[in-house]
Amino acid sequence: MTAKAVIATHDLSLTFTTADGPVYALQGVDLTVNDGDFVSFIGPSGCGKTTLLRVIADLERATGGTIEVNGMSPHAARMARAYGYVFQAPALYPWRTVERNVGLPLEIMGIADASERVRRNLELVNLAGFEKKFPWQLSGGMQQRVSIARALAVEPKLLLMDEPFGALDEIVRDKLNQQLLELWAATKKTVVFVTHSIPEAVFLSSKIIVMSPRPGRIIDVIETNLPKDRTLDIRETPAFLKIAHRVREGLKAGHSYED
Amino acid sequence: MRTSGGQGSVVPVTVVVLVILVIWYIAAILMNAVIAQPKIDAAGGGLANMLGVSWGLDRPIVPAPHQILAEIWKTVFLVAPWKVKSLVYHVWVTLSSTLLGFALGTLLGIGLAIAIVHFKLLNKSLMPWIIASQTIPILAIAPMIIVVLGSLGLTGILPKSIISMYLCFFPVTIGMVKGLTSPDPMQLDLMRTYYASPWQILWKLRFPASLPFLFASLKVAIAIALTGAIVGELPTGAQAGIGARMLAGSYYGQTIQIWAALVAASCAAASLVYAVGGIEGLVGRRMGARP
Repeated sequence: MTAKAVIATHDLSLTFTTADGPVYALQGVDLTVNDGDFVSFIGPSGCGKTTLLRVIADLERATGGTIEVNGMSPHAARMARAYGYVFQAPALYPWRTVERNVGLPLEIMGIADASERVRRNLELVNLAGFEKKFPWQLSGGMQQRVSIARALAVEPKLLLMDEPFGALDEIVRDKLNQQLLELWAATKKTVVFVTHSIPEAVFLSSKIIVMSPRPGRIIDVIETNLPKDRTLDIRETPAFLKIAHRVREGLKAGHSYED
Repeated sequence: MRTSGGQGSVVPVTVVVLVILVIWYIAAILMNAVIAQPKIDAAGGGLANMLGVSWGLDRPIVPAPHQILAEIWKTVFLVAPWKVKSLVYHVWVTLSSTLLGFALGTLLGIGLAIAIVHFKLLNKSLMPWIIASQTIPILAIAPMIIVVLGSLGLTGILPKSIISMYLCFFPVTIGMVKGLTSPDPMQLDLMRTYYASPWQILWKLRFPASLPFLFASLKVAIAIALTGAIVGELPTGAQAGIGARMLAGSYYGQTIQIWAALVAASCAAASLVYAVGGIEGLVGRRMGARP
């Protein structure tokens, strides 16, 4: 574990005990996420990618192995409010306006310059001017951007995103992918991103973790090394397609393991 | 909601009121026949006499609507509101203990719900008692509550309010347990990622999420708080209040007075429920409810 590792796991496992017997959600996961990485977890449903993200966020407890987030336990990291988390759905509070939704974590953490931070982060996700709107007055894509601004408002160095664009249509998704990439380049944050879309993973990531189900485990780690200032057009280049092909092969290999 | 005050609702509302009035007037003739028949005969019979006598008796079994309205007019507008003969005075007496009981019941109901939501054990240990408390007929325990509180030196509106509270905390507890547990897992996980305290989760998530449930419960609660206050007046020989008015009416066979008190009680209940609905509307607008 180098000093630069934001997340480091060793032989991490998580077994859920259910009425139908144990479910091996994660097994033998060794993972290192370095400062400034954009790491994607990709894999089919049930491969444990969301579970792994939730273990990092201390929303689930691992049952075996070790994990460190910012050099401490996930619980200590959560206490220290070390990360921002973006869920599959916007999970906005419908009774709060956009600005009060973004300000919610700041209220809870008692952060002083809240209104300035809310303004700055809404601008960052191109939502200046929507401060007084209620969530139902926004489109799905805008709502998810509000939830990203809310995660950014805490100004965490680590951003955990669980299929944040999964519920959105292709066009909105492309646009948000582009914006997220620009945001990552501008803020130099470490991002851990869960997805089941191969183009999304390849386009966004500096490192792709390919996962496979039953038991949930890592089967391939791919460094992408695409240029930092890439646009959506890169998806038609041979370099991009080569990485996408390797991801697809990895996913196939994981599947043939069982059914 | 939009049609409730619009043109479209005038016709059906009028038709229903007219049908009720027609049935009522016919019923008044049939029900009062025993008392009215000798007088109709004495007056010489005929349709005009039958209607005039049946709908104009001093102490009818079923008074006609216009008699009740006349009684209300007399006791509301022709008597100073602080006099014992004024219906306004009696409604005020009952309303004051209703509102106190409603406030106490709401606080108790919310408090119990918060406790039940936060301590899993209480859900199993407390809920049966809460449900049992509501299966006992209030008429049976109202006198005991009055006597026990009286022996503790508590008199006046408080014992009546306690009965109102006893009745109206229940829907608030049930509604609020549902409401406080209504946030979805993602909204709760969000709070966990902030390392929010239980108090912050309650105040910034559970409580705002529960408000629609709270208002639905409050509408039920305020109507039965009024019932509780009236019931509390019956066994105690209360000197004032809608219940006292009904009791006095039944002692002296003043059916018109009883009915006038009944109408006053239902008007009061309707106004209270609408008032809660109005507050709900105001709160909803502030909390961004869709129009």
